[in-house]
Amino acid sequence: MSKDDFVGYAVPALTLGLGLLAWEGLVRYFAVPSYLLPAPSLIISTLITDWPTLSASLWVTLSITLKALAVAVVGSVALAILFAQSRVVERAFYPFAVAMQVTPIVAIAPLLLIYLTPGVAVLVCAFLVAFFPLLANTTLGLSSADHNLVDLFQMYRASRMQQFMLLRLPSALPYFLAGLRISGGLALIGAIVAEIAAGSAGQGSGLAYRIVESGFRLNIPRMFAALLLISVAGITIHLLLTALSHWLLRDWHDSERTRET
Amino acid sequence: MAATERRVRIMNKIATLMKEAAIPVASPPLVTLRGVHKVFANQVTALEGLDLDIRAGEFLSLLGPSGCGKSTVLRLLAGLTGPTRGEIVWLTKCPELGFVFQEPTLTPWSDVFTNVWLPLRLAGVSKEKARPRVKEALEQVGLAGFAKAYPRQLSGGMKMRVSIARALVTRPTVLLMDEPFAALDEITRLKLNDDLAALRSSLGATVVFVTHSVFESVYLSDRIVVMAARPGRAVAEIIVESPTESRQEGFRLCKAYADTCVQTSEALHVAMGDRPPKMLKGGAA
Repeated sequence: MSKDDFVGYAVPALTLGLGLLAWEGLVRYFAVPSYLLPAPSLIISTLITDWPTLSASLWVTLSITLKALAVAVVGSVALAILFAQSRVVERAFYPFAVAMQVTPIVAIAPLLLIYLTPGVAVLVCAFLVAFFPLLANTTLGLSSADHNLVDLFQMYRASRMQQFMLLRLPSALPYFLAGLRISGGLALIGAIVAEIAAGSAGQGSGLAYRIVESGFRLNIPRMFAALLLISVAGITIHLLLTALSHWLLRDWHDSERTRET
Repeated sequence: MAATERRVRIMNKIATLMKEAAIPVASPPLVTLRGVHKVFANQVTALEGLDLDIRAGEFLSLLGPSGCGKSTVLRLLAGLTGPTRGEIVWLTKCPELGFVFQEPTLTPWSDVFTNVWLPLRLAGVSKEKARPRVKEALEQVGLAGFAKAYPRQLSGGMKMRVSIARALVTRPTVLLMDEPFAALDEITRLKLNDDLAALRSSLGATVVFVTHSVFESVYLSDRIVVMAARPGRAVAEIIVESPTESRQEGFRLCKAYADTCVQTSEALHVAMGDRPPKMLKGGAA
């Protein structure tokens, strides 16, 4: 590990450690009751004791997030390919994709709950949030192939399919992966927001529902524990997608280039 | 479809007319551009009434200032765009072309082998069948052993060599080069000029070479067509007397080279003479 790497990991870890120590110290010194602000140690012990309930909820939330992300990937790539084939189709549908994106998901969720079962409604909400960044990025990527290469393909009489497979699709990959990293985080947010909306209707068992439920019961340590799990889940999704992106682009893309010093 | 038919009809007609008139032509030009006009969609006239014969086996340079339409000539020859008016007549139908851009224009996601394989791949040649041809092309540009490298691992000059190998892999009859060395440093550029001269004499292909550089055009060419801008047209033709086959680095030290450079340079100044006076002052100095 180089000195830069050490500083890169050690400094934030130190900040975190000092922050937690201060938090623990202040809570103990002023004897803050746990229903106002639990100490970090209590949050961790709650996480351990409530693990069976919390892990089940984590699994529910994660599976919704991943399903929504998978559907968003398939849907957005298919639609972006359709857009790339025809300007008219793009003109016809793109404004609605934008409209769907700018409408806050919290406002749509209660409506979806009327027409769909809570499970499906939550999935649809997470999908709606994750869909647009993928669509926008992939559409841009498919139309951003090098013009000289497009000319070259034309000169060698490449078929439409060849141009698509050998030029447009690889050109779009970095854009798609950038969209995927954004959408991964957004799918989790969408799932949580929708669960909170659905949770108040007395359904669901995801992490957001645990937070709402613990709030009603003044079980604040468990609220924090659930929150911690959501954060960890979000960070994990981000790291995994970053690793995927690195693995796919490491040989060629400038974003993965490290300068020799 | 109609345009192709018309072109074939006109070609036949020209052939008949030439036969009837008994015009003594030793070898008919490989390509003839007759009264070619090109006006872009934004109403800019890139070419106005260009007449140009390109003979089989010659190294022809198109030399001129920016905006004289020399790159447009290459795009017209490559069939990437059509003339607004005028005719481009090829001696043989669908000749094999190679194109080298100013930028290396490689696909960064594939290695050198796959980049050079591309023209054959688009023609349906499998990787295994293409292997000897790709190897040969890489040897021709001095990059044997770099097949597995990715473009970003290569220097600017090496990337340009890959680009040339890609153009050579189809064994083209005509090689079109659009200021291929303009973005390179002077030392790399001289080396690539030498290598291109050697490669050309071993291949015997026809080369149409677009450049800004007087020295480069004189060093490489059999013939230089000097073009003027706004509107783009050919204004002078210079024949470089020394045979290209025997040219080596030493040619740069010959009197013939220096004289032709002066002659070409003067022709270029005349070509730029119709520019606004302010520009002329800089050019004449």
